[in-house]
Amino acid sequence: MNKRQTVELLHKDYIKQLTNQKRWVRFYQLIIFLVFFSGWEIASKKQWIDPLIFSAPSKVWVLFIKKVQDGSLMVDLGYTLSETVLGFILGTLLGTILAAILWWSPFLSKVLDPYLVILNAMPKVALGPILIVALGPSMTSIIAMGAIISIIITTIVVYTAFKEVDPNYLKVLQTFGATRSQCFKEAILPASFPTIISTLKVNVGLSWVGVIVGEFLVSSKGLGYMIIYGFQVFNFTLVLLSLLVIAVFATIMYQLVELLERKLIKSN
Amino acid sequence: MSFLKLEHIHHTYFTKTSATTALSDISLEVEEGEFISFLGPSGCGKTTLLSIIAGLFPATEGTILLENRSVNKSEKKIGYMLQQDYLFPWKTIEENILLGLKVSGIEEAAKKKYAFTLLEKMGLKGYDKQYPKQLSGGMRQRVALVRTLVTEPKLLMLDEPFSALDYQTKLRLEDLVSETLKTFGKTAILVTHDIGEAIAMSDRIFLFSARPGQIHKTFNVPKELRDLSPFQSRNHENYTQLFQEIWKELESLE
Repeated sequence: MNKRQTVELLHKDYIKQLTNQKRWVRFYQLIIFLVFFSGWEIASKKQWIDPLIFSAPSKVWVLFIKKVQDGSLMVDLGYTLSETVLGFILGTLLGTILAAILWWSPFLSKVLDPYLVILNAMPKVALGPILIVALGPSMTSIIAMGAIISIIITTIVVYTAFKEVDPNYLKVLQTFGATRSQCFKEAILPASFPTIISTLKVNVGLSWVGVIVGEFLVSSKGLGYMIIYGFQVFNFTLVLLSLLVIAVFATIMYQLVELLERKLIKSN
Repeated sequence: MSFLKLEHIHHTYFTKTSATTALSDISLEVEEGEFISFLGPSGCGKTTLLSIIAGLFPATEGTILLENRSVNKSEKKIGYMLQQDYLFPWKTIEENILLGLKVSGIEEAAKKKYAFTLLEKMGLKGYDKQYPKQLSGGMRQRVALVRTLVTEPKLLMLDEPFSALDYQTKLRLEDLVSETLKTFGKTAILVTHDIGEAIAMSDRIFLFSARPGQIHKTFNVPKELRDLSPFQSRNHENYTQLFQEIWKELESLE
C-alpha cells in the first residue's frame, strides 16, 4: 500500500469517528427527552406528583389537539408571537440607535450616564401598569413592554462595543479624510456586529418575558393570558401547554437569530 | 522651497495629573522624492510626530508646511501605513483597497483600474474577492500598501509597517516598498526602531532622543547605499560602518 492510500484511509477513519460521536450525542439528547416526558407521565399516573398541579404529557397533548382543531391556540399564538417579534425588533433597533447617538456625542453620553444606570437597574416590568393606562389595554402596550425591557441593556452593551472598536481602524479612515458618519458606517457598526448579534440572543429571551408579563396584566388574549386564565380556573394542563408552546417558539426565534449571525458575520 | 517643512514643533499631552512633553522643538525639511527615517527608542514621540504631520491632531506649537501650505485637517495628500495592516476583516480585499476612494467619494473607473493594477504589481492578482484572514501577514501588509497608494498621496507615512512581520517577509517587503516608492517618485517618512531598516531604506536618518522627543542627530546615508535595494545595501561595507556609527550614538543616549 502506498503512502497516499494510507492517508486516505486514515482520513476516512477520522470522518467515521466524527459521525460516530455525533450519533452518540444525538442519542443521549433523545434519551433525556424520552426519560423526561415518560417519567413525567408515569409519575403523574402513579400519583407520585399531584396530577392536578403537574398534569401529564398525555393530557397536555389531548388539549393541544383540541385547541389546534378549534383554532383557538393559533389565535393566541398569533397574538403573542407578533407582539414578541415586534417588541424584540423595536427594542433592539431603538437600543442600537440610542447607542449610536451616545457614540456620536461623547458629551451627551457623559450627561446621560447616571440615568442609564438608574434605568437599567430599575425592573422594567414594574412600568407595566403605567404603560397599560397610558397606551390602553391593547397590543400596543404589550409590544411596548416587550421593547422597553431590552432597550436600555441593548444601549449599554452596544455603546460599550462601539467604544471598544480598535482606534487604529478609525485612524486609517481619518487619513483618508473620512467624516464621523463615514467612520461609523465603515468601521464602528460592522466591527460591532458580533456584539449586536449576542445582544439579539439575549433580547429574544427578554422580549418573551416582557410580552408574557404584559399579557398577564392586560388579560385578554395570548399565551400569557392562557397561563393566567389556567391559573385562575386551576387548569394546569392549560398552563403547561402554554409553557411548552412558548418554549418551542422561543427556541425557533433563537435559531433564526443564529441563522442571521451566520449570514452577517461570514468573514470571521 | 522644500516639499515638507516643520518649524519648531512642540507637543504636550495633558492628563488630569500630569503634562507630558512628547516633542520639543522639532525643525526639519524634506525634499520631494526623498525617503527619510525617524529612528529612536520607544517613547521618543516618533509616532506622535507622524500623526501631527498627517494632520490627525494639531501640535501644541509650531507650523507644518506641505508644499508651502499649512496642514490643518486631514488631507488626502497624505497616506498612512500602520504597524499592523488594519485591513477591515469584514471587507473583501477589493473593498479594502477601494476604501480610500469610497470615503473621499471618487470612485471613478480609472482610479479603480489603477487599484487593480497596483494589486497585480504586488503579486496579488486574483485575491480581490477573498477576505483578509485568508491571506498571510506579508500579503496583508502588501494589500495595506495598495490601499494607501490608491488615493495617490504625495507624502507617505510608514509607522513601523514591517515590525509585525517575520524577518524573511520583512526583507522582501522592504525591497518591494522601496522599489514601488521609487517608481512613483513618492516622498516617504519611515518610523522605525530598527537601525538596519533605516539605513537600508532611507536617504536621511533623523535620530531621536527620548523624554522629551528631540532630534539628536541627522545622518546622511551615502550615495552608494541609496542606489542599492534595501537587501543589497545590507551587504555593502558602508552599511556596517554607518550601523556602528548610529549604534554608538544610540548607546550614548542611554
